[in-house]
Amino acid sequence: MKVKVLSRNPDDYVRETKLDIQRVPRNYDPSLHPFEVSREYTRALNATKLERVFAKPFLASLDGHRDGVNCLAKHSTSLSTLLSGSCDGEVKVWNLTKHECVRTLQAHEGFVRGIIVRYCGTSFFTVGDDKTIKQWKMEAPGYGEEEEPLNTILGKTVFTGLDHHQKKGVFATCGQQVDIWDEQRSSPIRSFTWGVDSFSSVRFNPVETDLLGSCASDRSIVLYDMRESTPLKKVIMTMRTNTLCWNPMEAYYFTCANEDYNLYTYDMRFLEKPIKVHMDHVSAVLDVDYSPTGQEFVSASFDKTIRIFSKDGGHSREVYHTKRMQHVICIKWSADNKYILSGSDEMNIRLWKANAAEKLGVLSPRERQATNYNQKLKEKFQHHPQIRRIARHRHLPKSIFHQRNELRVMKEARQRKERNVRKHSKPGSAPVVSEREKNVVAVVK
Amino acid sequence: ETLDDDEVYGLNGAGEEEVSSEEDEEENERKHQKLLEAISALGGKKKSLGERSEAATHMSEFTVSAEGEADRVQLSDLIGTVETTPAVSAKSRKQLKDLQRSRRTVKCPLSKQETQRIQRDLAFQKAASEVSRWNSIITQNRRAEQLLFPLNPEPSGPRPMERVVTGWKAHTPLEQEIFALLSANKQPVHDPVLTPAEEASVRAMSLEEAKIRRAELQKARALQSYYESKAHREKKIKSKKYHRVQNKAKRKDHLKNFEEMVKTDPEAALEELRKLELARMQERMSLKHQNSGKWAKSRAIMAKYDEGARKAMQQQLEVNKELTQKLVTSLKSEEEEEEDEEGAEDGELLPDFVNVAEQDVSNPWMRGKLPKEPTERKTSSTEGVTVVAAEEEEEEEEEEPEEEVLLRELDSRRKRREAQESDTAAVVPQIFRGLTKDQKAPEADFNEASTQLEEGLIRIRSVEDAEGLPEEDAAEPPQAAPSEHPLSSEQQVGPSRKRKKGIELMEVLTKEMKAIKVPLAPTIMDSEDQLDQRGLIKEAFAGDDVISDFIREKRKHEEAGKPKVVDLTLPGWGEWGGLGLKPTNRKRRRFRTKAPPPPPRRDQRLPSVIISEKRNGAIGPHQVSSLPFPFEDHAQFESCMRAPLGRTWNTERTVKKVTKPRVLTRLGAIIEPMAEEELLKDQKKNGHSHHDYFIKAQI
Repeated sequence: MKVKVLSRNPDDYVRETKLDIQRVPRNYDPSLHPFEVSREYTRALNATKLERVFAKPFLASLDGHRDGVNCLAKHSTSLSTLLSGSCDGEVKVWNLTKHECVRTLQAHEGFVRGIIVRYCGTSFFTVGDDKTIKQWKMEAPGYGEEEEPLNTILGKTVFTGLDHHQKKGVFATCGQQVDIWDEQRSSPIRSFTWGVDSFSSVRFNPVETDLLGSCASDRSIVLYDMRESTPLKKVIMTMRTNTLCWNPMEAYYFTCANEDYNLYTYDMRFLEKPIKVHMDHVSAVLDVDYSPTGQEFVSASFDKTIRIFSKDGGHSREVYHTKRMQHVICIKWSADNKYILSGSDEMNIRLWKANAAEKLGVLSPRERQATNYNQKLKEKFQHHPQIRRIARHRHLPKSIFHQRNELRVMKEARQRKERNVRKHSKPGSAPVVSEREKNVVAVVK
Repeated sequence: ETLDDDEVYGLNGAGEEEVSSEEDEEENERKHQKLLEAISALGGKKKSLGERSEAATHMSEFTVSAEGEADRVQLSDLIGTVETTPAVSAKSRKQLKDLQRSRRTVKCPLSKQETQRIQRDLAFQKAASEVSRWNSIITQNRRAEQLLFPLNPEPSGPRPMERVVTGWKAHTPLEQEIFALLSANKQPVHDPVLTPAEEASVRAMSLEEAKIRRAELQKARALQSYYESKAHREKKIKSKKYHRVQNKAKRKDHLKNFEEMVKTDPEAALEELRKLELARMQERMSLKHQNSGKWAKSRAIMAKYDEGARKAMQQQLEVNKELTQKLVTSLKSEEEEEEDEEGAEDGELLPDFVNVAEQDVSNPWMRGKLPKEPTERKTSSTEGVTVVAAEEEEEEEEEEPEEEVLLRELDSRRKRREAQESDTAAVVPQIFRGLTKDQKAPEADFNEASTQLEEGLIRIRSVEDAEGLPEEDAAEPPQAAPSEHPLSSEQQVGPSRKRKKGIELMEVLTKEMKAIKVPLAPTIMDSEDQLDQRGLIKEAFAGDDVISDFIREKRKHEEAGKPKVVDLTLPGWGEWGGLGLKPTNRKRRRFRTKAPPPPPRRDQRLPSVIISEKRNGAIGPHQVSSLPFPFEDHAQFESCMRAPLGRTWNTERTVKKVTKPRVLTRLGAIIEPMAEEELLKDQKKNGHSHHDYFIKAQI
């Protein structure tokens, strides 16, 4: 026999506080509630305006470094810990909740080029200009103990980048060549070279954990498989790529930050042309990091701004800048998808909200419902010109604003010229080249 | 061959190295010695002996340094050394000899660059295919309405003690003893922790699986209860007739199944046969159906006077006979019987006129076929059937369900209608004339057809009339009589009429055609008239008065644009109200508001133009000018805009569903990158869905 049991969620009929209004059953007859489109339009407009009013992304600035911040690292198990390496060889460990530095160590002579936390979170590695790789304990040394690295590996050449495997005790460095190291050994278990050039960064794929990508100074992006003895493939672009970042949720996509002011998202299986070109910066892009949800990424640029792009959006949805922030060298998206951390030339680390207008902390159910509703309204009416105008409006520093306009004019002129050339040449002799294809020079097998 | 090559190279290398190094060393040492002596002769300080250095990392592949012609190494030399050295295996010696003997040159191996390139290509292809296994998950996530992060959330509630205090150990001997016992039995050490077996079972049975399983069970239960109740209901029916019919149907079904089974699954059929055999044996042994029981005896007494009792006894014997008959024959006879019965039943259940009635009555082509009289068929069918079958048929007649009664009623009505029809036929003799031999000109034919079509309608009405007043008809003697009368007449006329009613192609087509006289004058002249295009158009639109139409339309637009007078009078307000009372003129005048005249129309001075005033320039900047990206057409976009999201218009549940955010994260939880387990999950899910389809197909 089937027994149906009434089950009700008290959330649906119980008041939240006793001062709340009693729930009243509603009559949904549409004739009683006319003008739904116009009313919702007004609500959407208000929501958009309020979003702009509440958009205050800057949270804190962490100062203490005595030189430009060159690299940042997220802690793999603790949200409140951040590590940063500066251009004077100093590494600092920060507590983000308290906005204070908890530990400082002189790790290298010269730049700290790379810093990465081991997947277990108990130790971290640094590489520097002094040709060394050092492993440090995450805990601060006890009273009276010397600040000493657990391991030091002396290399033959300068290391410029570092990344750790997601699950194994293996890490990769880059410099003159890309080396794969076992934590237990003092010599690389594998090194990859392909022509003579220096590499600027190397990144492990977080999903397909044995794959790596690196950016070389000969304008190429090279892919590797840790298990193979040779590199896989490389793509050469018109300008140099500074860094790349793999999408943590979509195994075969990576985005690279290029010197030509753009970011390119590639499918690693089809390197012939990128699947998306992300434009908006007005100077070289120096660093890029994906949000842990894989939906968006953030980029740091030499033009002193941070921009947030949707993974398949051609233009940024957000731009962050402050008067005092100089060239942004490194950027990280926090592991809980809520914050962005940027390290810049003028020795500061800045903490930003990932969603500028988001209210932080726990929301009451009604608040949450209201924000959800507003969000959907904004999405629904986003194409209406008045709403779009308000939603898209961002204040830009004067220089960037002018540079942007200048770039736009240049681009238009170039396009016009192409059009004219096409018009006056034999049909088919001047084919249309899409923006995506323009910047790929060659794919080398 | 390649193997040989390698070995040869290897050997070559080794040999040469030996040779060269030995020679070099000797020479070097000699020189060095000389140099040292010279230095010592000079009387200077003693220098340290030569520094040890590492071998150069970059050396030629074969480490052969042939400098000067004297140093040139010959293959024969090398092979000579090979023969003298005992370390070289006999096999390779033999291979070398073979190599020496053969005159063929060995293919040059691929260059290092080329081999590497091939290796890279292979490796890339492997990696690309490996990465592609994430395809399904990625597309799924892109389409998903909501994404929840982190992907593997930690279970809510208190965390097990074990994980909170990782470093805790049992210290006292008692504790140790207890823990030894617990660990021996694989019992959970701390309260909320599950045993490995339990954990495995929990892992094996996910929530979704459980849900699916539950749904299945629910469905099965519902079905079961439905069938149970049905069976119960049927069992409760007291009518013997019903059960008899039911049994018969079952038997028939069974037989049909059996026939199928013979074709598809002979073994099962054999089994079935064996069962029948068993039943026969049992019947033969038992006293059932032998008319020897108490009941049978009482019946025997009654049989003299009671027809029913006699019949019952006979039936019993019949059953006995049937059951005790040899199988094959019994089957056959049964089949025959069944067939006969079927024939009879069909005859009764589905008389022809039913089909006719189902078809469109107004369709003149369908009416041609007249149903045969059921009585006719009855006689014919009864002829070929045995006595037993006849008896059964009598039973059948008894068993006729209500539907048949209804059908018979219909039949009688039909007959009546036909009687009327004959009357109407007398009144309107043209109906069939078109199809009979005395055909007229095609015009007449056409007329007839039309009349036929109309006739259909009339007839329907007459039938309805007849249906509407069945009692009356029955009561009237002249109407009741014809119900039998046309029967006889039809029996005579039936076949001939049938022939008449169908269209006979031969007749129609072989008829001589008469020239049709067309009264209309030809509208279009031949080519000699040579109308030009303009003239043609003029002629085509000769009747249209375009200009006045336009003026009328413009006036309509103007009228529509004028502001309406709004009447705000409330009847009964400030005066008497009620039915038939009208508000006074004064009041009406008072509350009638006249809008100010609109601004002059833009097409006021343009007599041949209509400019629409509908467009409101003020809302232009608020409207979407072009279709946004994801939408495919305007209708889609507009419908999307029209659907409200708020709780003013939607129920709470809908609002929740509609407004749920696309990406949901948990506060303060670290979102790990996607792990391999997701792949497994995906596979599992897919497997499940397949399974589901399978189940559905089965049901």
